[in-house]
Amino acid sequence: MNKDDKLIIGGHEFSSRFILGSGKYSLNLIEAAVKYAGAEIITLAVRRTNSKEHENILDYIPKNVTLLPNTSGARNADEAVRIARLARELGCGDFVKIEIMRDSKYLLPDNQETVRATEILAKEGFVVMPYMYPDLNTARDLVNAGAASVMPLASPIGSNKGLATRDFIQILIDEIDLPIIVDAGIGRPSQACEAMEMGAAAVMSNTALATAGDLPVMAEAFRQAVEAGRKAYLAGLGRVLTRGAAPSDTLTGFLHD
Amino acid sequence: MDNNYFVDSDKLSEAALAKKHKLENDPSSRTDHMAYMEGMERIKSDVMDRVLSEMNSYDASAYTYADVRAALAHDNCTVEDFKALLSPAAEPFLEKMAEKARLETQKHFGNTVYLFTPLYIANYCENYCVYCGFNCYNDIKRMKLNMEQIEHEMKVIADSGMEEILILTGESRAQSSVEYIGEACKLARKYFRMVGIEIYPVNTEEYRYLHECGVDYVTVFQETYNSDRYEQLHLLGHKRVFPYRFEAQERALMGGMRGIACSALLGLSDFRKDALASALHVYYLQRKYPHAEISLSCPRLRPIINNDEINPLDVHEKQLCQVLCAYRIFLPFCGITVSSRESESFRNGIVKIAATKISAGVSTGIGDHESKYTGKDSDTAEGDEQFEINDSRSFSQMYKDMSGEGLQPVLNDYLYV
Repeated sequence: MNKDDKLIIGGHEFSSRFILGSGKYSLNLIEAAVKYAGAEIITLAVRRTNSKEHENILDYIPKNVTLLPNTSGARNADEAVRIARLARELGCGDFVKIEIMRDSKYLLPDNQETVRATEILAKEGFVVMPYMYPDLNTARDLVNAGAASVMPLASPIGSNKGLATRDFIQILIDEIDLPIIVDAGIGRPSQACEAMEMGAAAVMSNTALATAGDLPVMAEAFRQAVEAGRKAYLAGLGRVLTRGAAPSDTLTGFLHD
Repeated sequence: MDNNYFVDSDKLSEAALAKKHKLENDPSSRTDHMAYMEGMERIKSDVMDRVLSEMNSYDASAYTYADVRAALAHDNCTVEDFKALLSPAAEPFLEKMAEKARLETQKHFGNTVYLFTPLYIANYCENYCVYCGFNCYNDIKRMKLNMEQIEHEMKVIADSGMEEILILTGESRAQSSVEYIGEACKLARKYFRMVGIEIYPVNTEEYRYLHECGVDYVTVFQETYNSDRYEQLHLLGHKRVFPYRFEAQERALMGGMRGIACSALLGLSDFRKDALASALHVYYLQRKYPHAEISLSCPRLRPIINNDEINPLDVHEKQLCQVLCAYRIFLPFCGITVSSRESESFRNGIVKIAATKISAGVSTGIGDHESKYTGKDSDTAEGDEQFEINDSRSFSQMYKDMSGEGLQPVLNDYLYV
């Protein structure tokens, strides 16, 4: 495997392909999660950082990790843009994960508003990573709007249901030149591994770790699964027989010249 | 069996007593509780009809163990499943329900628990709600804080570390106008990250004004969804108007609020029907306003000043736990608040199963935070409490206790945009 296999987002290089969420578990576990997951990027809700010193989540995140603030709570593009600008003012850097939901039940993203916010924020120099419902046309619009990656959901946030949108994510992987980062719904290391085998550039997870019995061990399991899936993808998966054994006589054996 | 709600104060005049007794004993002396009063906005909505018709046809005794087992086995909880989980047949399955509820809570909220505190700024009230300590016939010390006093209270609370506040008043437009509440909310924005209100229901444009003052969350309790029972408990005042109260959450959302909370006060009527209606209120609102952040509370009746006998009757902790587990399984995304009406041990247990938000450092009186928080004698008058609380832990104690339970206390997860 090529040692220079880097994940490149908006011109920034990363060795790890596992992005860690931070919002659903105890702050004092963040450091261990980062360490065992080998994560170089961690997401956090800007609205959670809007807190006094007493428990500010920012204080718990190791300094060598790239912050990926998200705009959760935004119900439209304008609110997402405001939250992104606030994140920059708070010193969270230029990365931003756009999350726009106007559905409080499934937390499904609003693709149309996401494209609009991406366009505005990319022009302002943000490294924009939009969370989206896996739709090819939207993904192309996001590319044109200046996104640095595309983050399709595997299944609803928190559901741990895995790759419910598998075939549509595969289309994005096949057709879009930006890194495709599978976000939301990944509940097990095996699902993360499968996403990576498919050719996803990275995987992001939060609930799967937060609800695990032993968070650091699960973080390590995810790291290994993501690495295994990536290696399998780079190695080229072997053939899978769809029916029975391979015939010894080929169908085209009668062709002679 | 029912609570004995009627208490006569010896300070009432003969004429006042006569009117009170007439209201209590002669239904024909009371106004039509289904008719809107002057100035009350009417909106187009079928939510109330849908909730009430489901509730009225609900026969909790019709559900069997098999229905409960099936409900527990389903991935998605239907309305029918929810009805089974609320029924007496589900009582032997409480532990299983708690396991399922805990899983849902963890999926949607991880191990976080939100902390907030209420701030009562006035206890004047124009209503006669027979179970409430603030009711206009109850002999209590009345008080309305001025802006200076409100700011002082807020400073004391903010100094304790609290970042989310719920501002409450008694229900008196005359004493606590919308503008008065609005000014209090503007002050609250200076000291807190998140501001909610629990006040008398108002019209859409008034909610819009309050939103502009910095409020984003509105709590209105329907008390009971049984309109006939509602009529017998709310004998006088604008609160008597059942449909106007029912539609308050919709008006709040139409006025630009981000989120709303619903609840019945358990113990006033058939609690299974009230729990069903509370959750369906949320369910239909979510379908109509999918962007709204919606939450449920689950208060039970508590003793009040001058009537320490009031209790939640057949809604024991076990039944309350069943209701909360059923809420969580039916509405996995919904915030659930458990107030200081419940005991320390109940709240410590329920946050690990279904609740996502609890209050701390609570006073339901007026202007008494300094004396309660610091032990210092207050140099101003204090107003009496709405009800007796059951868990008086301070903010710092609660923070410590929740961390000790393995949970992550969250003080704020909100931005005003």
